[in-house]
Amino acid sequence: MAPLLELNALSRNFGGVLAVDHVSFELHAGETVSLIGPNGAGKTTLFNLITGLDQPSSGTILLDGRVLTGLRVDQFVERGIARTFQHGRVFGNMSVLENVLIGAHSRRQAAQRGLPFIELVRELLLALWPSPAVAAEEARLRQQALEILSLFGERLLPRLQQPAYSLSYANRRRLEMARALASQPRILLLDEPTAGMNPTETAEVLAFIRTLQARNLTILLIEHKLSLVMELSDRVIVMDNGQKIAEGKPHDVRNDPNVVEAYLGHPAPHPNGPRFSADTQFQSKGTTTNR
Amino acid sequence: MPCARQLSTTRTPRLLLERTQWGFMEDFLRTFFDQTVNGLVIGNIYALTAVGLAIIFGVGNLINFAHGSVYMVGAYVGWVCVTRLGLPLPAAFGVVIVVCGLLGMLIERMGLRSLQNSARIAPLLATIGISFVLDQLIQLTFTRAPQSFPSPLPNTRFPIGGVSIGVIDLLIAATGIGSAAVLYLFLRYTKLGWALRATAQDRDAAQQMGVNVNAVNQTAFAVASILGGIAGMLVGIYFSTVYPTMSFQAGLKGFAANLLGGLGNVPGAVLGGLLLGLIESYGVSLFGATYRNLFAYAILILVLLLRPQGLFSRQRQAPPEPLTGTFVPNSKPIPVPPWAIATAAGAALLLPLFVANPYVLQVLTNAWLFSMIALSITLATGTAGQTSLGHAGFVAIGAYASALLTQRLGLPFTVALPAAAILTALLGTLLVLPAFRLRAHYVAIATLGIGEIVNQMILNWDWLTNGVMGISNLPPPSFFGREAVRIQDVYWYALALLGIAALLQWRLVHSPLGRTWRALRDDDIAAQSYGINLNRYKTLVFASSTLIAGMTGAFTGHMYSYINHESFTNTISILGLTMVILGGMGNLIGAVVGAVALISLPEFFRVLVDYRYLVYGLTLLLLIRFRPQGLLGTV
Ligand SMILES: Nc1ncnc2c1ncn2[C@@H]1O[C@H](COP(=O)(O)OP(=O)(O)OP(=O)(O)O)[C@@H](O)[C@H]1O
Ligand SMILES: [Mg+2]
Repeated sequence: MAPLLELNALSRNFGGVLAVDHVSFELHAGETVSLIGPNGAGKTTLFNLITGLDQPSSGTILLDGRVLTGLRVDQFVERGIARTFQHGRVFGNMSVLENVLIGAHSRRQAAQRGLPFIELVRELLLALWPSPAVAAEEARLRQQALEILSLFGERLLPRLQQPAYSLSYANRRRLEMARALASQPRILLLDEPTAGMNPTETAEVLAFIRTLQARNLTILLIEHKLSLVMELSDRVIVMDNGQKIAEGKPHDVRNDPNVVEAYLGHPAPHPNGPRFSADTQFQSKGTTTNR
Repeated sequence: MPCARQLSTTRTPRLLLERTQWGFMEDFLRTFFDQTVNGLVIGNIYALTAVGLAIIFGVGNLINFAHGSVYMVGAYVGWVCVTRLGLPLPAAFGVVIVVCGLLGMLIERMGLRSLQNSARIAPLLATIGISFVLDQLIQLTFTRAPQSFPSPLPNTRFPIGGVSIGVIDLLIAATGIGSAAVLYLFLRYTKLGWALRATAQDRDAAQQMGVNVNAVNQTAFAVASILGGIAGMLVGIYFSTVYPTMSFQAGLKGFAANLLGGLGNVPGAVLGGLLLGLIESYGVSLFGATYRNLFAYAILILVLLLRPQGLFSRQRQAPPEPLTGTFVPNSKPIPVPPWAIATAAGAALLLPLFVANPYVLQVLTNAWLFSMIALSITLATGTAGQTSLGHAGFVAIGAYASALLTQRLGLPFTVALPAAAILTALLGTLLVLPAFRLRAHYVAIATLGIGEIVNQMILNWDWLTNGVMGISNLPPPSFFGREAVRIQDVYWYALALLGIAALLQWRLVHSPLGRTWRALRDDDIAAQSYGINLNRYKTLVFASSTLIAGMTGAFTGHMYSYINHESFTNTISILGLTMVILGGMGNLIGAVVGAVALISLPEFFRVLVDYRYLVYGLTLLLLIRFRPQGLLGTV
């Protein structure tokens, strides 16, 4: 089967620091692949490259065999790639519902490209006097937004009109995931979705990702909580120092001597947070996560 | 010089030719030398100003808009000392140094230290407020009129070759070089200077190493303000005059020089200042004196676009900008029930039937027009987060467009007004287009420069705008043949336009397009990642915003029947922004409330009339400090 996403020798150089160093891998439709590695390994940088926020120094990204590299950031979403941000980037002064609706931005009729200049006038006029089709579309998008938010049970639904800045940390992370889903992506990239969450909340995220898997969504997950990774992943890719050092089934990767060395070579990778540390990582019943 | 030798070997028949060519060469060389000296002297002044801005940007990560005012205060203090108190020049220098140093410390206190936990753009807006206040204080004390500053220096000129240099030229050069030397020694060899450099390099690290950042900031402001004050005084002597509005140009030019050398780069600021002085000087001799200011703004915009890191910086990237550029604190807008809006609108509509006082009606008409300017600014700045300090320029474009359409093409006002609005939207957006690459504070500076460029073009394009003479005898506003002759009619027309603008904007802001704009404001990185094409939505917001500004300008021009390049000055941009902050960023009702309050309150409390701009400046300062979300809350 042809891969959905294909990275070919992707590199990103920050003035001499190779944050991503000739990384290649493939992602097949319906798969869940986890990206793990110590702090500073280059995982987030790789996400930035895949989502177009940053341009690779060399290498290519292909989606369905078509080259993505060189497109503008906003065009990546249209092609079906959506992400969440490691440190959370909700639109603070907008309501929960509006945040999710922004996720659907690129699907809106009025936002589509057209003839230069005409497209702008059209969007302005449609904003001032929405046609019946546009009004119906907006209603439909709102309905879908509510459906997505209901995936988190009663966490966000009662807070639809609250501004995002007033949400708890965990709720902001949920909101990010909801916003990403609203774009109806073909590939969803989650950057440490459970960072800073307590065990109950982490378990909820796990259940949420399971739901997405059941809908056959392709997922690329950065996660430090190993038990979550072991539980959810079809495959695991390990990065260290910008390089891919291992790839395979969760169980195989865990016993790979390269991986063991990479982690032990990085004592105390991160001062705070339940992170992938040498003590916990090779215990399959992870002490960092309760289910 | 092969040419010269050739000429000198030829004989009599060529003598005449030889003469004139030599004469030409000599003239050229003399002019060139004169312009170079002029350029270097003025450049020295720019350098002194720019160095101050660079120091403050370095340690405080702040663009100090009050710097030009400090410069002006320095000029006035020097003038008072020399002409009123009869102090000798060195003593006058001493007084300027003390006064401006203290003023700098005061600005640090109010503009920076008390705003440490506010939005990142708050200190910038605060320095605008401080500058407003200082300019007003000087105007109230010494009037707006220029004051003559007879030179306390001997009139001797020293001949060098065929040209000569005056004492003031030498004094300025000596002060420039002397200040640079003192500054160098201070930064290099004193403990405070060391702390200052450390803070400029890495504020957090310096703080952890035990550097008292507040003391450093205060020192930086004091040093910078002393340099600025000295520059102002020298300029006063050089041009034999001081006037309150010298502050704005000085601030912008210092900033352009600083940008040229690389923001926050002290040696770069010196080079940038000298270079700007030379460019201006040569430019003026080529194009004429009225073009003087255009160069600074053109350079400002060009450098921002092409080499934001400055000419002399080896870094490939622009210096880290002060994070987010929006002044939209987290807040929930205070809900205004529809019946209240309807009642207020009804009262405004019926008012002329009960109040016949033309003065009251004129003031309120002004308030409606300013409400439209505030709406226009709040759309770009509040809703989409593109802080604009140049909206007066768009209002001016609208006014001139409508004036020309009615006078040159003979269009009726009913057609000219919307046409002028659309023209403004097109031109305004084109002017801002190059600045789309910029983020945060740089947008504010670019728009400030764009506003000034519009003003300069109005001044210089005589064939189109009639230059300084302006355009007079504009027909009064009239719709469908109904001329507004009585003030009541003007009032109703203005109110109707405001109603239309507010309604259209209301629909825009509450549509999916408005949602997209607010996403772009809250986090442009996340917005892009969710498919929002930043350029497209910046285009749309500036087009809509400048459309309203242009409409306002068109109406205002015809209402006054006369416009010139001073009808729409930068004060309008800043006043409009103050109204927007007063009402609450992005809040439409807030914009109207802010405009009505700021326009009518000083008028109706008669004591305040003379102090109105002082009131505006203080309002801005107090709001930023104590109620950044405004009266009605940000949307
Ligand atoms: N914009 C940038 N400029 C310079 N260096 C950068 C930049 N972004 C990332 N880096 C560097 O690239 C390396 C990889 O960083 P990255 O954020 O991708 O790591 P990560 O694997 O996501 O780590 P973490 O688990 O802590 O999130 C780090 O050394 C980082 O300092
Ligand atoms: Mg990361």
